[in-house]
Amino acid sequence: MEGQPALAVDLRDVMIRFGDFTAVKSMNLQVGETEFVAVVGPTGCGKSTILNTVTGLLKPAAGEVRIFGKSLRGLNGQSGYMLQQEGLLPWKTAQDNVGLGLVFQGSSIAKAREQARPWLAKVGLKGFEERYPHQLSGGQRKRVAMTQTLIMQPKIVLMDEPFSALDVHTRRLMHRILLDLWQADRRSLVFITHDLDEAITLADRVVVMSAGPASRMVGDVRITLPRPRDLSALQTTDEFVALYREIWSLLGAEVEKSYATQG
Amino acid sequence: MPRRGKVALTQFAIVLGLILIWELGVRAGLIDPFFFPAPSTLIARIGEWMSTADFWTDVSITLLETVLSFLAGIGIGTALGIWLGLSPFAAEVLQPFIKMFNAIPRILLGPIFVIWFGLGLTSKVALGVTLVLFVAFFNTFQGVREVNPVVLANARLLRASKSSLLRHVYLPSATTWILSSLRVSVGMAVMGAVVAEYLGSSAGLGHLIAQAEGVLDATGVFAGIIVLSAFVVALDAIVDRAEKRLLVWRPAPAHEA
Repeated sequence: MEGQPALAVDLRDVMIRFGDFTAVKSMNLQVGETEFVAVVGPTGCGKSTILNTVTGLLKPAAGEVRIFGKSLRGLNGQSGYMLQQEGLLPWKTAQDNVGLGLVFQGSSIAKAREQARPWLAKVGLKGFEERYPHQLSGGQRKRVAMTQTLIMQPKIVLMDEPFSALDVHTRRLMHRILLDLWQADRRSLVFITHDLDEAITLADRVVVMSAGPASRMVGDVRITLPRPRDLSALQTTDEFVALYREIWSLLGAEVEKSYATQG
Repeated sequence: MPRRGKVALTQFAIVLGLILIWELGVRAGLIDPFFFPAPSTLIARIGEWMSTADFWTDVSITLLETVLSFLAGIGIGTALGIWLGLSPFAAEVLQPFIKMFNAIPRILLGPIFVIWFGLGLTSKVALGVTLVLFVAFFNTFQGVREVNPVVLANARLLRASKSSLLRHVYLPSATTWILSSLRVSVGMAVMGAVVAEYLGSSAGLGHLIAQAEGVLDATGVFAGIIVLSAFVVALDAIVDRAEKRLLVWRPAPAHEA
């Protein structure tokens, strides 16, 4: 590893336990400074646990978490976390929600708004600045939530199944917006999903986890699809299908196992 | 809109009909005006009152007492609610005491407050505060406890400090609860003021009614009650406006959309 830039995220043999329950047995995950990594796995395999570990909310029982080469102590100051569920403040307008993190950092509300507006424009929400969350559609709310995380310019972006509640078309749109933003300003991004299509479409690498409990990493596949990607035709290309088959051969067995243990 | 008009019209018709039956009943000798004075006499009495300065002093004193006990009650109740809402330990410790205090019929405290604070404004406000405080407290407590955990987690992930959480998450969340109880609180504040005046005072609407009662003047009692009702309705309208302004972010109920 000498001479190379430090990895943004480096999990080494990380084990996570809750009391006697071992959620993750051994996880090795390396994410480069400008790399987009998707983590897939059957439900209950501890995907979210991984993100909580990177954020510093969970302490590993064994192994080491390194962030930009430094061992993580306490909360990770370099990460931004986008949750799966709706976390917008219903009593704040779209622009005030986007600027929330800035206000928390001590910025004035007027200043935060000023910075929030161009971000809303970037995700196609110009003209929606004064709307309250309940006046926005599900996809629009997701876009607000996304900019809420990204406006803080975190060096490491963590996303936990952010688009799982959306319909297919809205999800496609979100993929395009996310890739455009990421392409324009590449960061280290860890994206959790159970949707293999989504993982291959977006990521540079797809990491496959085994069925839980005591899950571990069972595969790490480089996605060779060229960038920038044309999402409209991507999923029907031979390359995509070949990658899908390759990863599914790893993931499919684990999904079967998770069904078996769940009865 | 036509439906709302219809409702208002029907309400108006009911009131008018009742007044008419009452008035005619008294005039025909079917209703004893000693117990149920005719509406016309009541109106005449209220008109008479309104031309005196004393009446307006009474109204303004009751209003002042109501507003003061409302503000103090909401303030103390909200602060207490936030504190206990955020500190499960304190909540557990204080819970039985709060329940006990709330179980005391507040009217009984009236005479004690008069002994403590005298016949003036303070004893009235004190009684009002004990009534409003608990409504505000319970609602704030609930509001703080029931903050959406995802919203809270998200704010924490955006690195909100304790005071930011309080200002941007807990308080607004509790505000919906406090506002939904505002109407009850206003009613409580009025009740506290009037009951305390009734128990012992030298001015105010409660005093006015107590005086009329003292000389078996049913006209005065009824007129006082009507004035008091109008007073509460007016306050209610103000609360309504405040609520609409503060809750713009809330989705409109389905039937109003």
